[in-house]
Formats: sequence, structure tokens, C-alpha cells
Amino acid sequence: MTALELGKDLLGLESLTAQQIVLILDTAEPFKEVSERAIKKVPTLRGKTIVNLFFEVSTRTRISFEFAEKRLSADTVNVSSQGSAVQKGENLVDTARNLEAMRIDMVVIRHPSSGAAKFLADRIDSNVINAGDGKHEHPTQALLDLLTIRDKRGRIEGLRVCICGDILHSRVARSNIWGLLKLGAEVAVCGPRSLMPLGIEQLGVRVISRIEEAIEWADVLNILRLQLERMTGGFIPSLREYNRVFGVTVKRLEQARHDLLILHPGPINRGVEIDSAVADGSHSVILDQVTNGIAVRMAVLYLLSGGRRETAEAAMGLNV
Amino acid sequence: MSERSTIFTGGRVIDPSQELDTASDLLVVDGKVAEIGKNLTAPDEAEVIDVSGLIVAPGLIDVHVHFREPGMEEAETVATGARAAVAGGFTGVCVMPNTDPVTDNQAAVGFIVKQGGDANAARVYPIAAITLQQLGERLSEFGELVAAGAVAVSDDGRPVVSSHMMRTALEYAQTFGIPIVDHCEDPSLAAGGVMHEGLVSSRLGLKGIPSAAEEIMVARDALLAELTEGRVHICHVSTEGSVEIIRQAKSRGARITAEATPHHFTLTDMACEQYDTNTKMNPPLREDHDVAAVIEGLKDGTLDVIATDHAPHHYEAKERDFDDAPFGVVGLETALGVGISELVDTKQLSLYDLIHCMSTKPARIFDLPGGGLSGGSPADLVVFDPTRLWIVDEAKFLSKSRNTPFSGRELSGAVVRTVVAGMTVFEAD
Amino acid sequence: MTSSGSMDTIMDAHAFARALERMAGEIGALADPADLVLVGIQRRGVELADRLASLISKSGTEIPRGALDITLYRDDLETIGPKPFVGETNIPCNLDSKSVVIVDDVLYTGRTVRAALNELADFGRPSKVSLCVLIDRGGRELPIQADIVGERISVGKNDRVDVLVRELDGKDGVELVAEGEG
Repeated sequence: MTALELGKDLLGLESLTAQQIVLILDTAEPFKEVSERAIKKVPTLRGKTIVNLFFEVSTRTRISFEFAEKRLSADTVNVSSQGSAVQKGENLVDTARNLEAMRIDMVVIRHPSSGAAKFLADRIDSNVINAGDGKHEHPTQALLDLLTIRDKRGRIEGLRVCICGDILHSRVARSNIWGLLKLGAEVAVCGPRSLMPLGIEQLGVRVISRIEEAIEWADVLNILRLQLERMTGGFIPSLREYNRVFGVTVKRLEQARHDLLILHPGPINRGVEIDSAVADGSHSVILDQVTNGIAVRMAVLYLLSGGRRETAEAAMGLNV
Repeated sequence: MSERSTIFTGGRVIDPSQELDTASDLLVVDGKVAEIGKNLTAPDEAEVIDVSGLIVAPGLIDVHVHFREPGMEEAETVATGARAAVAGGFTGVCVMPNTDPVTDNQAAVGFIVKQGGDANAARVYPIAAITLQQLGERLSEFGELVAAGAVAVSDDGRPVVSSHMMRTALEYAQTFGIPIVDHCEDPSLAAGGVMHEGLVSSRLGLKGIPSAAEEIMVARDALLAELTEGRVHICHVSTEGSVEIIRQAKSRGARITAEATPHHFTLTDMACEQYDTNTKMNPPLREDHDVAAVIEGLKDGTLDVIATDHAPHHYEAKERDFDDAPFGVVGLETALGVGISELVDTKQLSLYDLIHCMSTKPARIFDLPGGGLSGGSPADLVVFDPTRLWIVDEAKFLSKSRNTPFSGRELSGAVVRTVVAGMTVFEAD
Repeated sequence: MTSSGSMDTIMDAHAFARALERMAGEIGALADPADLVLVGIQRRGVELADRLASLISKSGTEIPRGALDITLYRDDLETIGPKPFVGETNIPCNLDSKSVVIVDDVLYTGRTVRAALNELADFGRPSKVSLCVLIDRGGRELPIQADIVGERISVGKNDRVDVLVRELDGKDGVELVAEGEG
């Protein structure tokens, strides 16, 4: 696979090269301008049909994908687990077969099981974009995080990025770790040991146990949402204690570099993993992330469209 | 039936029960082994089977299979399972009780015995449940179960959670001389897990089952076996720690035996990389050092037997995402080939030791007929070619199910003929 | 990139400069310079638009100039797949009631201009749109003609016309690269 080609699907960042990741980020840049226009639409994917298949509740990611699709003039259909027969554990195979029979061009899938996007990609000819599979990967979220950091800092290489919170259950963390490492960042994770996956250090990631230390060390903090279930699941004693020990607070940020960037994939639990004043403060680039999300997703949709091997090869021969 | 004789000529007979490994003929008369020796003279009407260049061994015995009948006949029945067994060189199999309904009463045991007899293939021995419906609450009636034909008791598929219940079972079973067969897993540690907990599960985002979940229960069972002087048999040992705990318990004289599966001495959690649900089993595939420890355990006798944990699942059941697919893989038709390829060809075990682990020792531990070819014993035997190469093609399985992790793998060692009570029940094309 | 085949010079730097000057004059005559907006098509059209705007500005009026990348408006995504590099589009002002001049280096099939017209329509409603190209090589596949042309040439289907600009190529000029075979 060459740098000019992403392949049929985008399932995760682990399987991409640094060149491919940079290609997506570079392609996202001009797409930002499209969203600034009075008429926020280009005809690029006119006539393409895209199904947004969401087996898990999601507002932000689904809306972001939908904007990206519509701004590229694709026809979109949303299928979500609430509005139809699809439920976890039920007929992912049948869903795949039905989609294939409907001759759609692309599927954006969000599913609670790790590997579900690959499962679908292996069984249908359409392009598959992983919008989050279980605890595995959420590649477009990591790409928009990378784009935001690169925009603000001009580079990724050599930056110290610490991902904070529930790493164990986080697909955002996994995709970010792969993307950051491939682009040459120093990566650390910080959170309670009960929320760290086994063997995480072997990926080349540093584990920091105190949030104060992480704040002092980092150029960028990516703060993950703490799911309420983690408390009932027995991983942490209480949200209150989590905030006391691991919360990114105004007071703790006094020790930070003045140009520290704070990212958060949303939705934010204000007063749990992050103080309101921090989320809305000068370090925060949370809204830039949202804007960049659309550009990155447009870039991915664009690069995968017609991105089948034979057409990509033809493109290289015909480039005039 | 009138007197019938068959003579197998020109083969190499390996029988660990008599410490025999010799080029010999073998004469079967009326379903029983009559004689082993060089240049035997057969009765005039005897059928002569030339087995030159092949191994003749006591039929393999698998003490751990799931035949899904009653309840999940679309995956396997006793009849299809027994035919898959003989295709793999097995002449005896012990079927686990986690069917629907559970084999926890005399009638259910009798049903398995009858289905096994009708299958006319491998001998089928029922293992009954330790507790009613495998709920871990009340002991099942061991006396009646054994009278009906059960050869052991197990709540396989689920662990016996209560240590008190396990203790009671180990004590109570002593009256009947049967082993308690335990699937060792701490359910609170393993809850929700779908593969081994380690770097691979961390990368794949799949919930892991830590090695400690197995080892805690192995250690408990070993201590209870010592306390009660009961006989415990540990199913499908998968971790280095478990092997070490069993080794120590044996050295202290505990009545503990254990088994290893072909997949656990061959594959690691790396096999799960592509989310292939045919690599999902319980206990899960572990790491390199665990595979090495399991092989070491087989070599030094810490692990007594090789058992397949043959767990058929219908195609549709496995055709799902990894989290939702059921645990288990089939193994009967690949076990001998995997054993020869992974243990004998790699000089870890001799062919003699492999047969010891796959026939003689399982027969002895579970007190089953077979496992040897001494005069007068039933003529249950397997003839195989230890060097013939073949490629695993699950479409050719006699089992109803295809869920093998060894699909497409080249194996050496192929079954040529399987004989039960003197009758050929399987012959390779 | 192709390196085989023979190469001919169509315009040297001198001819190039003269052509631009003449074109600048013609653009100036198209409309009131206060209403003019020059929009170059990525990439060399952008450079040419800049040059032309500077030439016209010498007469006093500053001419707004923009850049258009038509990649997202192409009609051949299906057949040749996405071009991996999408350039910048930058329209400097509202185009309503303006006289817009699209500037490109070579006019060939007309498909690029068709895409540019579509894209331009998303930025407003100019009172007039004109087309200005340095080279018209014929071979149109759509009913599109240029209003202002540096030079018309007739070349074979397999020949390539390369416009060179100082800023990107180190020198100004136009070259014809004739391919050995189709």
C-alpha cells in the first residue's frame, strides 16, 4: 500500500503508517475552508450513499459525520439502535448482508463490541469507517485531536502528550496512543491503576500516577470522559474522590506551562474529570476539536471514496 | 457373532500399558486382542490388513468433549460427535454434562449411554454434573449416576464456586471411586472476559481473563484434594502458574491429575489478533511462556493427559463479533495431527509418550476400558501414519461443526483406520 | 512524471512577458477595474492571476485576486479516484455584482473550467464571468471558450503542454512535450 492510498476501510490508527496519517491531516486542512463558506457544500460525493450505522448512543460523532457527509453532497441514511431492530449481539451479519444488498457505498459504524467494524469490513465491499468499536479504536476522534494539536503547535513530533483518565475502557485513548506514537510524540497516560490496561508500558507509553506530575510534564493534556458506570463497576470509589485525586482543576493548572493545551473528546463531566473554568479557559481547545472533527471526517470520506485499489492505481497512471 | 479374526501385519505396535514399542503383527479375535508378536500365523479365514510403515496403537481416549445432545443438536449430536471421534483416531470419549437439560440424573445419563451405543462409532462415556443443573447448590446423586454409567462428575463450563461444595464433592465421590473434574475459573475475576488478559487484549480492546482467575481455583482444588484425600482432575490447564501449582501439589502427594488441550500447547493470544471467533475459547489462549510451561508439564508428567475440550458451535453462532460469540473450538479431528506436529516432530515428546498421554493415561485415570493392547483387552485401536502431511480443511470434518482454530494448517500424522471392538469404524480414503 | 519524448519551446521568457502584458491590457478593457476580481485555478493559474493583477494594478487600481481549487468539483472521482492533495480555495471578497475573470494556464477539454464555474457559483452571483488562459490547446469536450488567450496552438492528443512560472519552476515559459506514443 502506498502513502497515496488508505485502502478500503478506516478501522483504526494502529494499522496506518505515519505517512497515511499525515496525508489525512493534510487533506483535512482545505476542507476547513468549505465549512467557512456561505454555501457549505461541495459536490464531491454527489450520488454516493452513506449509511451511518449506530449501535450505540452517540450525538457528537454522529452529527459530525453527518455534517461531513452532507457538506460533501453524499446521500445519508441514519440507522440507530433505538429506531430499528438492531441491538447489540443481534444480527450484525444480517445487517451486513442487507446493506450489501442495498448497494450502498460507505458505512460509518459505531458498535459496543471491539472488532465490530472489522467484522463488517471483512464481509462487505463498501468502504467501512470505524466511528468507535467497543474499547478498541475511534480513529477519527484521534485524527481530529492530532489535527488540533498540529494546528496549535505546528508539529506533533517531540511534543509531550498525556492522556488522562479511564484508559482501560477508552477507544479514544488507544487510537490517540497509536497516532501520537507514529507521529513521534512522547506519550504518557495518567489515571488510577484500576483503569489502566495491562501491559500499556510495552506500547512505549509512560505511566504517570499523579495528575500533578502529569500537568507539570505535559505540553498537551487529553482528558477523557469518566463514565459513571466505572464507579458502580467498582473501578473507583466515587466521582467525588476521582475529582479530588485526578480532576484537572484551576488550582492544579497553576503548575502548568503557560501554553499547555487541554483537549477533551466530550461530552464533558464538568466538576469530575475537569473543572468548568478549565474547560472554558484559555488552555482549552475543546471547541477547535469539534470544528476540526468535521474537516477530518470530510478528508477521510473523500480519501476513501473510490479508494479501491484498482481506481487508486488508475489514478496514479492518469494524474494530469 | 461367530469367531472373527483380523490380523494387522507389518506395523509398529506402540502400547505404553505394556511398555511396548516394537515391529510386530497384531491378531484380533472376536473383538479382543489375541496376540502381539513377530510373524504371527493367522487363522485361515482371518482378514489380513497390511499396516506396513504405520503405527498400531491403543485407540485414543478423550476425557473432555461436548456433544451438545440434548439441547443444541444443530451443533453436534452424540452420533456425529462419536463419528468425528473415530475420524480422529479416538475409540473412547467422555462427554461433559453441560447440555440442555443438564446430565444430572439417572435418566439423562442413560440417554447418553443409549445414544452412544446407537452411534456405532467411538465408545461414549457420560460425565455427570457435580451439582444439580450445575448451579453449585446441591450435590447430584453420584451413586445413581455411576450406576447408570457415569464415569466421573464435573460442572464443566462453570466452576464449582463454593469451596465448601467442592470439598463435599471430593469427599462424597470417594465412595464411588470417581474423580471430580473441575473447570478452574474464579468467576468474579473472569467476568465479562473474552480472551487472555495481556498486551494483546489491551491492544484489541477486548476484556481479558487474567491467568490468576484459573490459578486461584487450581490452587484451591489442590489444597482441598490434600485436605480430603479425594481425587481431583483439573481440566484444560492453560497457564504457567497452574502447571507449577499442580507440580507442587503432586510432589506433596495430592491426588490431582490434569489435562492440556492441543490448542493450549500450540497457540497463543496472538491468534486472536484478527478477532477470529474460532480463537475464542475458555480458558483462553495464553502467552508464549504459558505454552512452553504446558509442554513442559506434559513432558515431566505434571499434566497427565491431552484432551481436546471439543466444543462444537454452529457456524451462525460463531459468525458474530468477538464479544458475543460463544467460547469453544472443535478438536477431535485435529488432535493427533497437532500432537504429532507440535510435540513429536519438535522433539518435545516421543510418539510413545504422546500415545501414553492420549490413550493409556486417560483410560487409567478415568478407569475406562481400552488404553492398552494386552491379550484379552478390547480390540480398540488406531492405525496411523505419523509422517503423512495433510491440510486441515474443516469442510471435510465429520463433526457437525467447523469451528477450528487450525483451519488451513499443515499437520503431519494422519489416521488411517480406527477399530472399536475389532470392527473397523473409520477408514481414511 | 514523464521524461520520454521530445521537447519544443512554444514561448520563451520574453514571449511569455509580452503575452501577459497584452492579456492584462485586454482584462483591463473588460470591465471597470473597480469591479474586477481575478481568480486563478490552482496551481499555475493562481500565479498567472497574481502576475496579471500586478500588471493591471500599475495603472492605479488594486485588483482583488483569489484562488480556486477545483478538486472537490471534479466529475471524474468515480473513474480515477480521489486526488490525494487538495489545494487551497480562497475567495477574497463577496462576488455579487463583480466581474470575475477566471485565470488558468492551459485550456484543453473545458472540464476544469466547468468545475470552476460550479465552484464559483457557491461564492456568490457575479454580474459577469470571463475566462482568461495563457494557452488554448484545442480539444474541447464541453462548449466552453476563452475570452482572452495568450496563444492558440494545435497539438496532438498525446502531447503535453507545460506552463512554467518563475515562482514554481524557476523560469517563465511554455513547453510542448511530445510523447513517443499514445
